[in-house]
Amino acid sequence: MKIMVAVKRVVDYAVKIRVRPDKSGVETQNVKMSMNPFCEIALEEALKIKESGLAKEVVAVSMGPSNCVDTLRTGLAMGADRAILVEASRDLVPLTVAKLLKKLVEVENPGLLILGKQAIDDDCNQTGQMIAGLLGWPQGTFASKVVLDKEKQAVSVDREVDGGLETLCLGLPVVITTDLRLNQPRYATLPNIMKAKSKPIKKYTPEELNVEIKSDLEVVQVTEPPKRNAGVILSSVDELIDKLNNEAHVI
Amino acid sequence: MEKWRATSNLRRSLKSILNRQLSSVSEFRYLNEKSCQPIFNLIRDYNSVGEVNAIRYGCFSSMSTVVQRNPSFSTLNSDDISYFKQLLGEKSVIQDEDRLETVNTDWMHKYKGSSKLLLQPRNTEEVSQILKYCNSRCLAVVPQGGNTGLVGGSVPVFDEVIVNVGSMNNIISFDKVSGILVCEAGCILENLISFLDNQGFIMPLDLGAKGSCQIGGNVSTNAGGLRLVRYGSLHGNVLGLEAVLANGDVLDMLGTLRKDNTGYDLKHLFIGSEGSLGIVTKVSILTPPKLSSVNIAFLACRDYSSCQKLLMEAKRKLGEILSAFEFLDIQAMDLVLNHLDGVRNPLPASMHNFYVLIETTGSDESYDREKLEAFLLSSMEGGLISDGVLAQDINQASSFWRIREGVPEALMKAGAVYKYDLSLPVEKMYDLVDDMRTRLSDLARVVGYGHLGDGNLHLNVSSSQYDDKILEQIEPYIYEWTSKHRGSISAEHGLGLMKANKIYYSKSPETVKTMRSIKGCLTPMGYSTRIKFFRTLSIHRAWCMTVEYSFSHIQCQ
Repeated sequence: MKIMVAVKRVVDYAVKIRVRPDKSGVETQNVKMSMNPFCEIALEEALKIKESGLAKEVVAVSMGPSNCVDTLRTGLAMGADRAILVEASRDLVPLTVAKLLKKLVEVENPGLLILGKQAIDDDCNQTGQMIAGLLGWPQGTFASKVVLDKEKQAVSVDREVDGGLETLCLGLPVVITTDLRLNQPRYATLPNIMKAKSKPIKKYTPEELNVEIKSDLEVVQVTEPPKRNAGVILSSVDELIDKLNNEAHVI
Repeated sequence: MEKWRATSNLRRSLKSILNRQLSSVSEFRYLNEKSCQPIFNLIRDYNSVGEVNAIRYGCFSSMSTVVQRNPSFSTLNSDDISYFKQLLGEKSVIQDEDRLETVNTDWMHKYKGSSKLLLQPRNTEEVSQILKYCNSRCLAVVPQGGNTGLVGGSVPVFDEVIVNVGSMNNIISFDKVSGILVCEAGCILENLISFLDNQGFIMPLDLGAKGSCQIGGNVSTNAGGLRLVRYGSLHGNVLGLEAVLANGDVLDMLGTLRKDNTGYDLKHLFIGSEGSLGIVTKVSILTPPKLSSVNIAFLACRDYSSCQKLLMEAKRKLGEILSAFEFLDIQAMDLVLNHLDGVRNPLPASMHNFYVLIETTGSDESYDREKLEAFLLSSMEGGLISDGVLAQDINQASSFWRIREGVPEALMKAGAVYKYDLSLPVEKMYDLVDDMRTRLSDLARVVGYGHLGDGNLHLNVSSSQYDDKILEQIEPYIYEWTSKHRGSISAEHGLGLMKANKIYYSKSPETVKTMRSIKGCLTPMGYSTRIKFFRTLSIHRAWCMTVEYSFSHIQCQ
């Protein structure tokens, strides 16, 4: 069985974000970029399944400008066998990504498609659900535990939902989106980095896949949240009551 | 004008002192001319609960130390307290038991003073007034910053008044073009790092104690840290400072110029003198620009000679982008993994004898990465590295640093620790660790780690409890070994209380004598030392040396 993992290149999680002066978006020039943390977890899960012998190949997929190969190299260094890059110069919304993924799934025929639950730059949490809808596949989202049963051709997924944990049994092929507590991603070891240099990265363009890049959404403005005011130390209870009454208007 | 005059007067007197032949030491009142007293070494022992057990004495063969409170210093009285309260305000004069407990004890919980008064001046003028008053009243003073020192230099020995500059934490100015930062001595290093981060610059020094240590203390102790191999020591990065002398005179040497060859550069005396010449109140420091591409690799080596060769190769192949080169041995790694939370072994497949952490900082991500990868792969093919990982994002990078920076913390949690900080020729460094292991065998665990890039070994001996038998095996053997190889018995931690009398292992008597004279020059005659002191009697000569205690030393292991 083949596993396909979709990974996204985002601003590194630990970087302090700054909004561009023209409020059109977040500053991404000269800022450290890395693989989305949830995508790392997705890739780690795929590698674990492969190591347990239940899958033969792990393919990492990414979409975006050509420097996304860096993220794919990281994926290959972690242990993926092949990588695919869909080169697109403009920003891609989840629906477009889902459509592109659908085409790639038709080419590659994986039994399992694993994605991170959301990207930390847009926090959309839509791509996994959309691709499952487009493909007509069952989906196990917010997975905190994944157990594959090859004989039954099914997978048991523990989902983290508001009320607690929900366990689903889904028949393959399946779309899974990963949550934080699923696993701890491995480090890229030097021998693997060495091997990754010879692994192939196939490039496609959206035209080749017959997908039109358009967006029904337009970003109007990006602003920082209002700054919190510093706390004030009061000197007496009377002052507190006065402030609660006149300034905060809560009593 | 006055400040300039004070500085130039000082230069003149310094020159005359150094030119004079100081044959008679009796000019200095605080010198004790008694000859050979019985030799004792003072050890403060802590029982497992962490309180002072008793002052214990052990006998050693050669060097001796006698710590006595100099009777010529007065004790605090209520008039002094009311003067300070009137000068600084009620809030800055602290006599509360609980707070005094913390400031009297050092980070290692090895040294405890009995000071009854903590003062927190808010500006240089207040510091000057405090010292002037203490000078007139003959009260002993200890300057204190973040209290993260490791040699007992930041806490009182007896009942000295503690002057803590933590309230002086303003950033005065920052020039975005040149990167010159001017700030007060009480600024915490981590706060300065965050401030500079917003401006696109970094501090030239970085240490594990950055959350608590203050820049005044770092400067006074000439802190080294993790980036010394790239940015050099503070002697090169500090452009100027303002200090207050023991008699209250303010020395304004707060220049912001890269070049200034007008007379003796006195600031270098203050950098590294551990507060014995004056209290540093403002610092002007040159900060390097923050470069965007930082890469970090955590590697495993089979033996020490591979680590050495790796260092040589790194300096050659990584050259200008190398920004840190640290090492830890298997014992250190073991301690960290067992005693710290949330720490993950990057190379879980097996435990290796040595681990090396290499960091590169440059301006072009892809170029640096290629360079680092090429270097690592060729080292791996050459057999220098047995295994390794490369951090893929900032979180992974922080987790590697957490391992290296967490060793001192892990040692504290493991029980009692004897800490040594030595500078040795790189090829000899680990021989000492092996020797100590043979000497101590089952008594205690010897851990070696440090800044391999600077030839700085942090040798720590860890055991469940403090024990004299262990100490006997360590000292003075470790100092003699270091001295034999012309190393330094204190590479970056300073002398403080712990190593004050060990200075002769690394400095000749003539050098120490000259230090003496300079100290005498900067602290006025009569009541020369406002700051607590420590006497050493050598069996060779009745000759004394005052070593003062300092600000926060660095916890930069």
